[in-house]
Amino acid sequence: MSANWKANQRRLAPWLFLAPGLIMFLIYVIIPIFQSMWLSFYDWDGLGAKTWLGLENYRELVDDDAFYTSLKNNVIWLLLYMISVPAGLLIAIFLNQTIGGMRLYKSLFFFPFVISQVVVGLMFSWFYAPNFGLFYNLIEWATGTGIAILAEDKYVTYGIIAAGLWPQIAYVMILYLTGLNNVAPDQVEAARLDGARGWKMLWYVILPQLRPATFIAVVVTVIGALRSFDLVSIMTDGGPYGSSRVLSFYMYEQALSEYGYRMGYGAAIAVVLFAIMMVFISGFIWKMWRDETER
Amino acid sequence: MFPRPIAQASPAGRLFYKIAVPVALFLWLLPLLGVAITSVRPASDLAQGNYFGIPSSLAFENYALVFQNTPMLKYMMNSFYVTIPTVIGALALSCMTGFALAVYRFPSNLIVFFMFVAGNFVPFQILMVPVRDLTLSLGMYNTWYGLALFHIAFQSGFCTLFMRNFIRSLPFELIEAARVEGVAEWRIFWFIVIPLMRPAIAALSVLVFTFIWNDFFWATVLTNSPDTQPVTAGLSSLNGQWIAQWHLVSAGSILAALPPVAMFFLMQKHFIAGLTLGAVK
Repeated sequence: MSANWKANQRRLAPWLFLAPGLIMFLIYVIIPIFQSMWLSFYDWDGLGAKTWLGLENYRELVDDDAFYTSLKNNVIWLLLYMISVPAGLLIAIFLNQTIGGMRLYKSLFFFPFVISQVVVGLMFSWFYAPNFGLFYNLIEWATGTGIAILAEDKYVTYGIIAAGLWPQIAYVMILYLTGLNNVAPDQVEAARLDGARGWKMLWYVILPQLRPATFIAVVVTVIGALRSFDLVSIMTDGGPYGSSRVLSFYMYEQALSEYGYRMGYGAAIAVVLFAIMMVFISGFIWKMWRDETER
Repeated sequence: MFPRPIAQASPAGRLFYKIAVPVALFLWLLPLLGVAITSVRPASDLAQGNYFGIPSSLAFENYALVFQNTPMLKYMMNSFYVTIPTVIGALALSCMTGFALAVYRFPSNLIVFFMFVAGNFVPFQILMVPVRDLTLSLGMYNTWYGLALFHIAFQSGFCTLFMRNFIRSLPFELIEAARVEGVAEWRIFWFIVIPLMRPAIAALSVLVFTFIWNDFFWATVLTNSPDTQPVTAGLSSLNGQWIAQWHLVSAGSILAALPPVAMFFLMQKHFIAGLTLGAVK
């Protein structure tokens, strides 16, 4: 080994270790982000020549009703998905006990998260199916007339979100179960001696200690809500009449499905979705950065 | 411990809890149980409107029908072809990137690290057109390796985050001591750090396996024929053909869910350790 290598080893080594992963990540993730932004200024069918449009794609978006429907549904997704944070905490508190077989119970509660969203979507489609679906029958029994959730534009998005909440609550639950395991027992005992009970105990003693779990739970829930694609695609394919579209699905529909290959317009939708997500991502990164540099 | 241990509750309270947990579990898993039962329900039951009652017989032939009349077996094999190389590739890359970011101090360390973290959160749609294009131009469209290559690259974001934090929690004195002895950097990586990373490697393998097996979006974007489609995309197209044949849809769903479920039960401890990383610190 040359003397030069020996002297510089410590300086070069990190870059040699980084190179394969970093190059792959740049090619497949970082550069495509900028390519999509650039592409959103063009008209392109995926094969022929690209035509420069400037801001035309974005101008079209502003007048596109389907875009607003998708955007509105994304907001509904985001808001309702947040239910999974308190719901997951509630189940975690319910299950944080030691009785026989508890380990098995906990993992069975976690089950929905392990299953593919495609399968979850099919399960809930069956659950909601008109005339014989369990849910349909329940509504019929309670109100006299059944509702075909996935065929009504008023309810369809809520029906899909309910399907998405099922695995998401399971995920949050497992985060909180681990968090509860690590709550300092002496603090809980001290608070108990001071007379803290129930909600007060939860709010002032337990929740502050669960902060890291809450942070991760919120991050994965926000990302999960905005990434929703599989369930919409499987359960309704965006319908009825496009009323259950979300941005991720609408983008795919414009760029790749039978509606034609409008790659530039699709890219513009993706840029909007990316911008929305960037608001949250920046927040998360900012917090992680602060934790990292404070240490 | 919070809440107060149930052992301290009254006998009635304890009994109530012991009944409440299985009841809650039953309600929680109702959609899954429904599909599991439907998958062994004979088609004749469905025709007669027996959707919820006890199946008149256990129709395991539904599963046989799925295997005989559809490319289900091929779909599942395709999923393994994509998933296993992805697990190996993403782990190999992220062991190295994680090591580089955890052990060395250099000016752009945190920037590179946060680039991996942030990239891991972006919406798939912003990558879709360029990645599809790249895959087409490399001649890898509709191949298992085209799909696996993308997954390796994308998963290395999450895996780097995980590995870097894991290596940081290892005792740094070990590495210092080796350096004083004059051990080369790659030998430190290979002989000192890698053996200590076994738990992280186990946790990430299970996790990445599940993520990739369950991926649907990239499967539809980068593959389009039964020869290469993974089981998620395959199931979706079968669902289109099996209109209202719920016994077959259910059997197919159960089959598609089986490998990750088996993985989860076999490696439960590692799986949860992987998911909750960072949530405990």
